[in-house]
Amino acid sequence: MPPKGKKGPPPPPPDPRALAILELLKEAFPESEPVLNLNQVEMPIAPNDAGRICLAAKQDPRLSFDLLGCQSLVEYDETFQTVYHLYSTALKHSAVFKADAPKDNPVFESVSSVWRAAEWFERENAELFGVVYTGHPDPRPLLLWEGFEGFPGRKEYPFSEIQIPDDIKVPQ
Amino acid sequence: MTIDQSLDTVDMMLNMGPQHPSTHGVFRMVLTVDGENIVDVQPHIGYLHRGSEKLCEAEDYRQIVDLFDRLDYVSSFNNELPYVMAVEKLMGLEVPERAQYIRLIMCELNRIASHLLFYGAFGADCGAVTPFLYGFREREQMQSLFESISGARMMHGYFRVGGVFRDLPDDFNQRLDSLLPMLEKGITECEALLSKNELFLERTLGVGVIDAETAIDFGVTGPNLRASGSTYDLRKDDPYLMYPDFDFNVPIGASGDCFDRYMVRMEEMWESLKIVKQAVARIPQGPIMAKTPRTLRPPKGDVYVRTENPRGEMGVYLVSDGKDKPHRIKMRTPSFCNLVALRHMLIGSYVADAVVILGSIDIVLGDVDR
Repeated sequence: MPPKGKKGPPPPPPDPRALAILELLKEAFPESEPVLNLNQVEMPIAPNDAGRICLAAKQDPRLSFDLLGCQSLVEYDETFQTVYHLYSTALKHSAVFKADAPKDNPVFESVSSVWRAAEWFERENAELFGVVYTGHPDPRPLLLWEGFEGFPGRKEYPFSEIQIPDDIKVPQ
Repeated sequence: MTIDQSLDTVDMMLNMGPQHPSTHGVFRMVLTVDGENIVDVQPHIGYLHRGSEKLCEAEDYRQIVDLFDRLDYVSSFNNELPYVMAVEKLMGLEVPERAQYIRLIMCELNRIASHLLFYGAFGADCGAVTPFLYGFREREQMQSLFESISGARMMHGYFRVGGVFRDLPDDFNQRLDSLLPMLEKGITECEALLSKNELFLERTLGVGVIDAETAIDFGVTGPNLRASGSTYDLRKDDPYLMYPDFDFNVPIGASGDCFDRYMVRMEEMWESLKIVKQAVARIPQGPIMAKTPRTLRPPKGDVYVRTENPRGEMGVYLVSDGKDKPHRIKMRTPSFCNLVALRHMLIGSYVADAVVILGSIDIVLGDVDR
């Protein structure tokens, strides 16, 4: 338990494996600035360039990120952030890519041509948060019913709001 | 008699679900069939969408454990684990060793219970009703053991941030001593009933094949991936708890068909039994909860934790803004990702095999829709 008034626990000692991936990413993407967070390598990427960077990260034999573990969308005050958790099943290492897009223009390049696992992740993120993934092969809603209005994942969406389709009668 | 080749043929749409016994919940797929062959599939999910991720944002860190129970309701312990581990990692909490052992034992027993349910349901999908009764016989014994430990047959809510809810009951060893031989006998009987049954083999061998590379591309993990020949298992490849200290094998399949997916799970049950026996022999005495503050306020930051669920990789992406409620929780559930590959497996197969292929993926719709 951290003592009161202190900002969280002390950071863990750096992991040599994570540092190695950090160096590899710096080499493969010279324009990027990867950092370490809780022994996890994180690299900010441009939202309109996600496809190219992810493809390179998958095809580079030193990185070979063949498994898209998770693709989440997080809403921050000014931006929407897509977070890609990448793993290599052969080399057993991982990295996190983070793409930030401004709230008034939340457009990301789709990575479903790189990993087909992204197809449903992106459909879900798009319908719950109202962001756009350009180049997605099948950008239909996934979870909500047809005609649902608004984006329930967003912070501004009222919590107790209940929407009922017109053709369903609810007993009073 | 000759068949006039100039006759026009049309593809037929076949609606399967949402209320269909073989969909294991409420799942609908629209099959486009050309004669006996499936040419296209449109899966429709979301009938069980409860907005669990959004609900997490309104509850404090202790209450959220119960929401995770309700994702994959047949392997609740395995769902709670990545969540509590994520909060602990962000807060830098050290979990007492005894609590970690209890978690490991519960997760492995839960894996067996979950695979027994798969066994029963898959047998029924292939047209045999008896396996359902066989699978549920031992599973029910395990559920009452879970009840004696956590207080609930299902939706246990047993893991806490920092440890577990309460210590094992006094008669735990006694109950386990009688349960384990029962399980061994039961699993042997289950295997004898199906694994070499010719009708079952005919229905599953070479059906719904997916190779390892494609499976990884689709994000398929867990037994479904290992059936295709990959040895990817987070208990070995990204170890958590005390898995590196235990002696167990990772069963893999050769061809990635429905039979391999079945066989990998049957063999996994034996490996889980091995782990449980080793863990019970060396479980230490001691505290079961770490010292935690009255209100959990993880420091600002984000963390992703993944564990090996009976169905695959279960991941939790937790973003904290330093308040008593999380800023965002993303649940990466294994069934959701495994289901993406369904279309690939179904196209080109016979319509009669659709139920078998869907059953072999072993989805839980609560886990898909969240």
